[in-house]
Amino acid sequence: MRTKPPPSLLSLTIDSAVLNLSDISDLSSIPDHILLDLFLRILRAGKLTEKVLRLFIATGKDEVISLVEALNIRHVLTPVLPTIQGVLKNSEMSQAVINDNEVDIVIGALHADLTTFMNEWKPIFSRFHLIIVKDPDLKEELQIPEGFRADVYSKADIERVVGSSSSIRFSGYSCRYFGFLISRKKYVVCIDDDCVPAKDNAGYLVDAVAQHVSNLQTPATPFFFNTLYDPFRKGADFVRGYPFSLREGVNCAVSCGLWLNMADLDAPTQALKPRQKNVRYVDAVLTVPARALLPMSGINVAFNREAIGPAIGPALRLTGEGKLRWETVEDIWCGMCVKVICDHLGLGVKTGLPYVWRTERGDAVQSLKKEWEGVKLMEDVVPFFQSLKLPQSATTAEVCMVEIAKAVKEQLGKAHPVFSQAAETMVEWVKLWKTVASG
Amino acid sequence: MAAPTPLLKDELDIVIPTIRNLDFLEMWRPFFQPYHLIIVQDGDPSKTIKVPQGFDYELYNRNDINRILGPKANCISFKDSACRCFGYMVSKKKYIYTIDDDCFVATNPSGQQINALEQHIKNLLCPSTPFFFNTLYEPYREGADFVRGYPFSLREGVPTAVSHGLWLNIPDYDAPTQLVKPLERNTRYVDAIMTIPKGTLFPMCGMNLAFDRDLIGPAMYFGLMGDGQPIGRYDDMWAGWCCKVICDHLGLGIKTGLPYIYHSKASNPFVNLRKEYKGIFWQEDIIPFFQSIVLPKEATTVQKCYLVLAKQVKEKLSKIDPYFDKLADAMVTWIEAWDELNPAGASLANGKK
Repeated sequence: MRTKPPPSLLSLTIDSAVLNLSDISDLSSIPDHILLDLFLRILRAGKLTEKVLRLFIATGKDEVISLVEALNIRHVLTPVLPTIQGVLKNSEMSQAVINDNEVDIVIGALHADLTTFMNEWKPIFSRFHLIIVKDPDLKEELQIPEGFRADVYSKADIERVVGSSSSIRFSGYSCRYFGFLISRKKYVVCIDDDCVPAKDNAGYLVDAVAQHVSNLQTPATPFFFNTLYDPFRKGADFVRGYPFSLREGVNCAVSCGLWLNMADLDAPTQALKPRQKNVRYVDAVLTVPARALLPMSGINVAFNREAIGPAIGPALRLTGEGKLRWETVEDIWCGMCVKVICDHLGLGVKTGLPYVWRTERGDAVQSLKKEWEGVKLMEDVVPFFQSLKLPQSATTAEVCMVEIAKAVKEQLGKAHPVFSQAAETMVEWVKLWKTVASG
Repeated sequence: MAAPTPLLKDELDIVIPTIRNLDFLEMWRPFFQPYHLIIVQDGDPSKTIKVPQGFDYELYNRNDINRILGPKANCISFKDSACRCFGYMVSKKKYIYTIDDDCFVATNPSGQQINALEQHIKNLLCPSTPFFFNTLYEPYREGADFVRGYPFSLREGVPTAVSHGLWLNIPDYDAPTQLVKPLERNTRYVDAIMTIPKGTLFPMCGMNLAFDRDLIGPAMYFGLMGDGQPIGRYDDMWAGWCCKVICDHLGLGIKTGLPYIYHSKASNPFVNLRKEYKGIFWQEDIIPFFQSIVLPKEATTVQKCYLVLAKQVKEKLSKIDPYFDKLADAMVTWIEAWDELNPAGASLANGKK
């Protein structure tokens, strides 16, 4: 039975204040001893931002000022962190050491005005190198705000690198694959241009990049399901009955994130439930078990380019493919290839955190008026990948891709011409990868 | 607005193994009182276990088990909570919920008490999706759905045979992990239910577990543990591996995730280590065994599948230790006893409708 005494009303009030910090605009009427307690709890909760720090300093109270000096807290550009070594571990992310030079953020620009998008992501993106690829079909000039280390690529650049005779069309959402091709970093994080940072259940902004990299840097466990999800997360572990020989895990090649607000639903589902929003923040990362396939959404995804780069390429293009996610399945197809290849090569795929906030766009009912080619094709696609076996001799992602392309041509080619085209695109992609990406 | 979850009070039994007392039931009273309880009293049968007032129950001690099963009683463990599976066998209901006597009502992040039983019923009454992973987890939940790319032909799902709940506070760690992290507590409330994909094994914990007896009951044998046995704390694991293999074969689903209960008592890690010790080594062979099992097409009922499993255990695992020979025999005895006590159930084609 529980023997801990219940918390005092004062303690509960201070905790409530920590949670509702954003509503507080003036701390001057708070008694000194409570003020200090509040300050320390805010530090411990990792909620000391520039704004909050200013609130405390504005009280003019000596104790607060001396505490700020003693802890060596300085006004810095976001994020603000106290500089006490190690003790105030306010987030699991602080355990993952992210080397800025190992990460590229690839953005496929399907909208010309990226100002809001980039500014919303600034606290998270500003330390990394960005590769922005403009959809070749987009006529207007891109608007990109200041303050980023970004390289922008447009139609002319794509044609220069790839050659104008290439059958691969890097248009629409497939423009981001060009970004993957020219990246030279170990990790690539890719987020759709209609997503902004989400907030978790405690109200903190989710650093999607840090979470993705953390997912990719910690092992995956595809051979046995852990009921407490990611065993490498702080506060979790492998449960009783989990074989010890499987606890080392394997390299994680892909990290699939999720979406709050507008979930990644297909057009029929979205049309049926126009008002449904995804409000459920599921605080878990888990490895998708070996041999289990999943729909890998391209909206919020990251991968280890060194481990699996060639497998993440354009292939399946719908005849009526559009500029809305539910008018495409290119990422879903890509995900099937990737999962089969990862299973074959003994790499892991994780899903779950991080969340991004996806804004509303497009009319599902209008999209329904187009033929829902993608939905019909999936009925052939899934059984094909479920039964696909790669030969033992395929030991690299490139060879695996070529083998898959062969099988696609043989088995799916007759069903629909888009599949034959997909097979050809995959082969060409691998050739392109070998010349451009490995150079 | 979703329809209210049916109580199923005449279709569900709550099976509780105990050796101490049932004080924990007081906290569960608002949720459990409508239901019939099956108490399986382990240990000294001469001791009287007091059941709190107002509960409708039947209680079985070791004498009762011996009387009812006769020579077959040797398949039921003694001095181990594995004895709970006797409760599954004697129940006449469609659904079983089993819970340990050190598990209490948990609260969700909003501070509300969690009605674990209601969530288990929800999980069991709605389909599972083992053939394709839905990244938004349980698609039938309010506020969720199947994501883009999920084949429509797979959206009907399959019947759910097992609902595996989780635990806040004391996590279900093995002894070595407990020794290394004695203070770790599970404080993370993961608001998800998910189907464990076909072909994937998992460690099934019996602390907070519900299942459809008609669909999978005979596979819920918790093995030979405790007194006189070389191993302990692998009862639920064993049942879980058998169930998963059979569910995969029969096209049934197993879910894990919500609901949470609050697990209050950390068992002694040194005692646990002695019980688990052999299991830690044996499972390295047991897991590949289960991963490579292929059940024949002709095995169309749970009992048939289980008997095939028992045969395979005898053939392939006996070389690890003679224990598995005994276990294989006990698995057969269990099925015989099950069919004796549940005559109509034997002819039910489980799973495939």
